[in-house]
Amino acid sequence: MEADDHDITVSVNGVRYQRQVESRLLLSDFLRHDLALAGTHVGCEHGVCGACTVLFDGEPVRSCLMLAVQANHHEISTVEGLAGKGGEYHPLQQAMHDHHGLQCGYCTPGILMTMAAFLDENTSPSEDEVREALSGNLCRCTGYQNIVDAVLAAAERMRG
Amino acid sequence: MSTRTLGQPIKRNEDRRLLTGQALFIDDVELPGMLHVALLRSQVAHARILKIDVSKALQRPGVVAAYVADDLGDYWRPGPLLVPPPPIAGIIFNERTQVPLAKHKVRHVGEPLVCVVAESRYIAEDALDDIDVELEQLAAVVDLEKALSADAALVHDDVGSNISAHVRQTKGNYAAAAAKADRIIKRRFHYEHGISSPIETRGVVAQWDGRANQMTVWDTTQAPVFIRNGLAGMLRLNERQVRVIAPFVGGGFGPKIMMFYPEEVLLPWVSMKLNRPVKWIEDRLEHFFATTHERGQIHDAEIALSNDGRILGIKDVFLHDGGAYDPYGLTVPINSQCTLLGPYVVPNYDSTFTQVFTNLTLVTPYRGAGRQHGVFVMERLLDFAAHELNIDRAEIRRRNLIPPDAFPYNNEIIYQDFAPLQYDSGNYEPVLDMALDAIGYRAFKDEQATARLEGRHVGIGVACYVEGTGIGPYEGAKVQVQSNGKVSVATGIGTQGQGHFTVFAQIAADQLGVAVSDVNVVTGDTDQFYWGAGTFASRGAVVAGNAVNEASKVVRKKALKLASDLFECSEDDLVIDGGKVSIVGIPEKFVMLGDLASRANPMRGAVQPGTEPGLESTQYFGPPMGATANGVHAMILEMDPSTFELKVLKYVVVHDCGTVINPMILSGQIHGGVAQGIGNAFYEKLVFDDQGQLLNASLADYLLPTALEVPRMELAHTVTVSPLNPMGIKGAGEAGAIPVGPLFAQAIEDALDLKRRGIELREIPLSPSRLFELTRNAQR
Repeated sequence: MEADDHDITVSVNGVRYQRQVESRLLLSDFLRHDLALAGTHVGCEHGVCGACTVLFDGEPVRSCLMLAVQANHHEISTVEGLAGKGGEYHPLQQAMHDHHGLQCGYCTPGILMTMAAFLDENTSPSEDEVREALSGNLCRCTGYQNIVDAVLAAAERMRG
Repeated sequence: MSTRTLGQPIKRNEDRRLLTGQALFIDDVELPGMLHVALLRSQVAHARILKIDVSKALQRPGVVAAYVADDLGDYWRPGPLLVPPPPIAGIIFNERTQVPLAKHKVRHVGEPLVCVVAESRYIAEDALDDIDVELEQLAAVVDLEKALSADAALVHDDVGSNISAHVRQTKGNYAAAAAKADRIIKRRFHYEHGISSPIETRGVVAQWDGRANQMTVWDTTQAPVFIRNGLAGMLRLNERQVRVIAPFVGGGFGPKIMMFYPEEVLLPWVSMKLNRPVKWIEDRLEHFFATTHERGQIHDAEIALSNDGRILGIKDVFLHDGGAYDPYGLTVPINSQCTLLGPYVVPNYDSTFTQVFTNLTLVTPYRGAGRQHGVFVMERLLDFAAHELNIDRAEIRRRNLIPPDAFPYNNEIIYQDFAPLQYDSGNYEPVLDMALDAIGYRAFKDEQATARLEGRHVGIGVACYVEGTGIGPYEGAKVQVQSNGKVSVATGIGTQGQGHFTVFAQIAADQLGVAVSDVNVVTGDTDQFYWGAGTFASRGAVVAGNAVNEASKVVRKKALKLASDLFECSEDDLVIDGGKVSIVGIPEKFVMLGDLASRANPMRGAVQPGTEPGLESTQYFGPPMGATANGVHAMILEMDPSTFELKVLKYVVVHDCGTVINPMILSGQIHGGVAQGIGNAFYEKLVFDDQGQLLNASLADYLLPTALEVPRMELAHTVTVSPLNPMGIKGAGEAGAIPVGPLFAQAIEDALDLKRRGIELREIPLSPSRLFELTRNAQR
């Protein structure tokens, strides 16, 4: 073992992974390239675009601004874990599909994870609140309107 | 056909993979034994290269190779001219194309000097710090006007000036028209566009397989076929030995069609040299320097009018910043020159531009591709004319619209597709009326007065445009019924989110009577479809869409012929729907499409002479010229007169792009275009210092609009079909982005009553700080 390597145990979408990583390895690179969970996308590598957002013990974080070693003994959720076991969409995924809330789809995983956490906290958001919560995620294709509509629709459906 | 989906808001076939994290993007390509490339880029804009020493980098554990320009040997050469200059009399064009690695001289910040290959991206980037570079810095050419002065430094010494191109195009006789005009209005305009900044940066993966003698390249390109052809030539391989795959691409908007980027040339060569797969993924900082921009123009324009507001002629002389090399020819400034004319009758036009070499990143098309610049000049001239002639801003536009009986309308000058600029069809006045109604134009004057009494500053804007779309040369498609009854469609263009997997499926589904979800579309894989040009100029739906339609029609005919032989009946007695062919009126008498496909590929017997096996067809479509879409945007905004904080209260787009395949996807294209237009108008600005350094090269400083800046938009459409293709389609990809700049300028002037204060907004982008400067300067 190199002096700079560390053994870590990370739970991702409920699966435990044990890996040896360099201390400088970004969490985003760890997820994408070490665990082959490439659904988490990297857009800017400086924490602005939000594409790499994952849930860290349930809280949205930018995985490009964290190191893999920081995830040791923590639970991560990524876009790959959002749908049900039988492949059925999460209400947010369904609403994004129904409302054409994605075009190229590159920013989508980060938006899904950010909004999933947001709707856990705020079950009846107003449009302004959705826009505020979404404003940390950059999308260059959609102009946001259909994403906002999708999040509002998902919130309504999740309220039942 | 009962299952007609054309014109319906069909949900997208491609969404599931994208929503579940299963779509393959470039950085998701993982290959055994893969190496990683990092590029050492110039940190100065203009310098002579004195020395590059990579020896220390090579000693770093994990570094496999480090190449400078000379290491490339014969392979080093300037890139191909992507778009040659159009056939315009008297044109000057100095071709100077980009190189894979700088040799002797660097010409912009970010130009690559060294290609480092290592076992990981981390190590490759570490090794960049080990490289010793000595440069003799030269004066940088940044300012467009100073670039043309006699004592300016030269970007390309052998050109003898910084002129990349010089073009004059005329229609009628402007000077004669101006001599008879009641009024001439002359102004200077500055229009800066920005960077497309897709959320996915660029990337290339190359895999040379020595045993198979085969090169496979994954590339975030909008034009995989051209990349394949070019690489085969450079690598001295047959085209069939090179496969280029544009996987899911995370946004393009133009710059991803530039070719060849240095990385696209270097990676395949490195892979062959080392006989290992190699990957390069651009980081966001690199993206600001290494992916092409679209930047500024300075226009000196004048409009000649009669007292009743009729345009008699326009004269325009402009400078266009081309950047350090000009591989994309004149596409951007020619678009500006042509699109300026807009939906208006302009009997006399005299337009001259000079494309200028600067020590800045190359300029190539970015969504709108110069159209914005032209529309800004025309729309602003009309606003100033309306003011001087005391005519309402909407009314002066109405008076000059090309009437519906004047189509096809020939503007005579040469467009970017080398054909004369002829508008194929249009009906402009209803579009203007719908936009004025939707924005509440007539009631606004009172609302504005009321708001002003409350201390609120609201303003309205209306801007018109035409958009040249759907240009040739051609695209093709292969449509094939599989033996399971599903349909496969392959086309050569790449896709970056435009919904091709759905709209092309709709076209095939309607012809073949199957569900849209049963049509599998493949784009951007040269082994799946060999021929094509690419995704640009709002042409995918028009050109490739019509090719899919033609191929589907042939397959439909084949299916009907096979079924008529089977049932021994006339083809006229057959109906194709629900995945089967049945006899009209006898629904129990049917054959599944998949069974017909199997029968068309028999194990015994003979395929009849003159026929082909399989239920498939490959067809091509090439329009004689581009189809012309048009539209009107209208906006009401509110602005704080002291902080210049802006809030869009209402935004309306009325648009005509001919036949609509999928209104949901069309709306998405418009929404996204408007959002980019808003960024361009008020938030995004590339700020360079006089040394050619970009001062705001991060997404924290270069401000892409967020969900808080982009307002809700109201969309409406009219349909004037194009006669140039059987489906009547016009393109729509750039329509949202084009007129937003002049709309903002107009509405802000109106909100703050700037004309009365002697202030005109003749530049884009604007921003709170710029408005502060402009108003403060006027007060002095």
